[in-house]
Amino acid sequence: MPIVASPRSLTRRLLLAVVAVTGFAAPLAAQEVMKLGLVAAMSGQSAKSGEAIVRGLSIAIDEINAGGGVLGKKLQLVVRDDESNPAKGVIAARELVQREKVVTLFGGLDTPVSIAIVPFANQSKVPFMGVWAAGTLITRNGAAENYVFRVSAVDVLVDKALVDYAIRKYAAKNPGMILINNPWGESNEAGLKEALTEKKMPYAGIEKFQDADIDVVPQLTRLKAAGADVLFMVANVAPSSQVVKSLDRMGWNVPIVSHWGPSGGRFSELAGPSSERVHFIQTFSFSGKLSPKAETVLAALKKKYSEIKTLADVTPAVGIANAYDAMHLTALAIAKAGSTEGLKIRSAYYAIDKYEGLIKTYSKPFTPANHDALSAEDYTFNYFKQGEILPLTN
Amino acid sequence: MLLVSAIVTGLAVGSMYGLIALGFHVTYVVSNTVNFSQGSSMMLGAVLGYTFAIRFGWPMPLAVALSLLFCALFGLVVERLLVRPFAERGSNGWLMATVAGGIVLDNIVLFTFGKEPRAFSSFLSQKPIEIFGTGVFPLQLIIPILGISIMLLLQLAFHRTRPGKALLAVVQNKDAARLMGIDVRRAIAFSFALSTALAGLAGMLIAPLFSVHSDMGTLFGIKAFAVAILGGISSTPGVMLAGLLFGLIEALVTAFAGSTYTQIVAFGVVILALAVMPNGLLGRAAATKVQQ
Repeated sequence: MPIVASPRSLTRRLLLAVVAVTGFAAPLAAQEVMKLGLVAAMSGQSAKSGEAIVRGLSIAIDEINAGGGVLGKKLQLVVRDDESNPAKGVIAARELVQREKVVTLFGGLDTPVSIAIVPFANQSKVPFMGVWAAGTLITRNGAAENYVFRVSAVDVLVDKALVDYAIRKYAAKNPGMILINNPWGESNEAGLKEALTEKKMPYAGIEKFQDADIDVVPQLTRLKAAGADVLFMVANVAPSSQVVKSLDRMGWNVPIVSHWGPSGGRFSELAGPSSERVHFIQTFSFSGKLSPKAETVLAALKKKYSEIKTLADVTPAVGIANAYDAMHLTALAIAKAGSTEGLKIRSAYYAIDKYEGLIKTYSKPFTPANHDALSAEDYTFNYFKQGEILPLTN
Repeated sequence: MLLVSAIVTGLAVGSMYGLIALGFHVTYVVSNTVNFSQGSSMMLGAVLGYTFAIRFGWPMPLAVALSLLFCALFGLVVERLLVRPFAERGSNGWLMATVAGGIVLDNIVLFTFGKEPRAFSSFLSQKPIEIFGTGVFPLQLIIPILGISIMLLLQLAFHRTRPGKALLAVVQNKDAARLMGIDVRRAIAFSFALSTALAGLAGMLIAPLFSVHSDMGTLFGIKAFAVAILGGISSTPGVMLAGLLFGLIEALVTAFAGSTYTQIVAFGVVILALAVMPNGLLGRAAATKVQQ
């Protein structure tokens, strides 16, 4: 595996950086383009997620532009790096809306950043489409005029799916929770508690840990002492691997049912052979038998991005797939609205009837009561095998 | 079991803080300046160690030696470009310059090494051994032994060898040291090279227990500076002792109160300790001469 970038890929990275900073400054006249904004982590630990989202959006934009664009205009993506920092995310969103005049905003991986952008999007009446962050409150934000939509998992639904899976697969009776100590962890703490209450199930305990924790043994030891028979894990890839390494040290062979954090990077490398024990949720994977649509998208990805050679290079596929479908749904909505006005686009999202997407065929994906295009039936459970995400049969 | 595990982890992580803090100590006692990019130097050690040992597949001793050499070179660059031009003019600009240097290095590594955390696996952190009923990686035991040994060596070198004494002479009176035939500039440059090499070593030691990425050093750097102040930045054993204590407090709070409280309690203890002992645990008050 190349660690230090070859000169060629270094150039590519620098290019990407320039693109991230300046936006895709394609030489198109202002009247002929319609700008769409993305606020996502393009640097730092979650940078890989931003790259995946840019790829998914770009492939969809290429397809849309090849078909003549939307309302006679070519689509153009303007990317801003939020560095996983909510304050920077809000500044970037404001700049994209007020200076770049983007028609729609797309969001990134980090729930805290998206939650911070939500009030701004609603006030300025610009549709904000989430393609990764799963925080329940992002779309269910309680605003009377809600401009936030999402093509991604929703924590409260994921948590129900995690509980169902733990019962079905492991006959769990007393699960424990090991959650990252941030708003994403809190969102799932609420969701998991609710899902367990629905099943009238007790839980062994709730333990929190930090991104930089080297040792999670104390928290896990407490869960073990409380008799946890399954662990629910919610954390991004690096902290998730610290949990697995700590379990190895303890010699505790407990099943782990996880949110999709581990899919965001090289989990099997970081966590070692035990990474296979972690069963995590996904909305999409390029593994196994692919639909014709998935074949087309994968081929387009390989053509556009020469560094994609194996399926391990398109993990995390959820970011690519969610972004791809979200862009197509947004283009449909703008076309239906016949306008770039936020209010009209919002109504047009509700009017989308059917769209054959990459993840599934969407039928009435958005209603005023439901701004989430994906539901619990769209989740699958997967595991890592030597760098590749493979689906589990049940 | 929980207690043993917490103590082992606390001592290992604490020794890391101690090693990076020794870097702050070394430049401080020689030149009255510190390198605030120590966290980044630690990251550089881990990234280079990973690149040489895992990517290039070179033997570990060679990879470690080369990484330390490059870290030392980085220290020389920091001193020459970010500290000397300011310090020689009597400006405190080096404070900000070294912080900025660290941020620049973090970003260079982000674009060259890559954005994803990588695993620096070592045979010393694969199979746990059992001590008092708790699993411990051999590396967790090696880190404190190495850390304390290095502290003792430094202490010996500073107080028992001529070059060590020469280094300490520089800070007391540069002109007198120069008159005694000590190359002051070289002494200061050497202290920076030594300090970044110590941080680089810390980075390579912790990497197998953690993961390697471009911003891994930020938090360690901040904590190590707190440790250096807590220990009394002018005292070699004080700095290492403070590192071990800080690591232990963190691990024990995490074990018995939950990691939500770790930072509050650990830094709270630092503030409290400094309120009671303003010169740190083993530091001595600097004698201030009354100017006429």
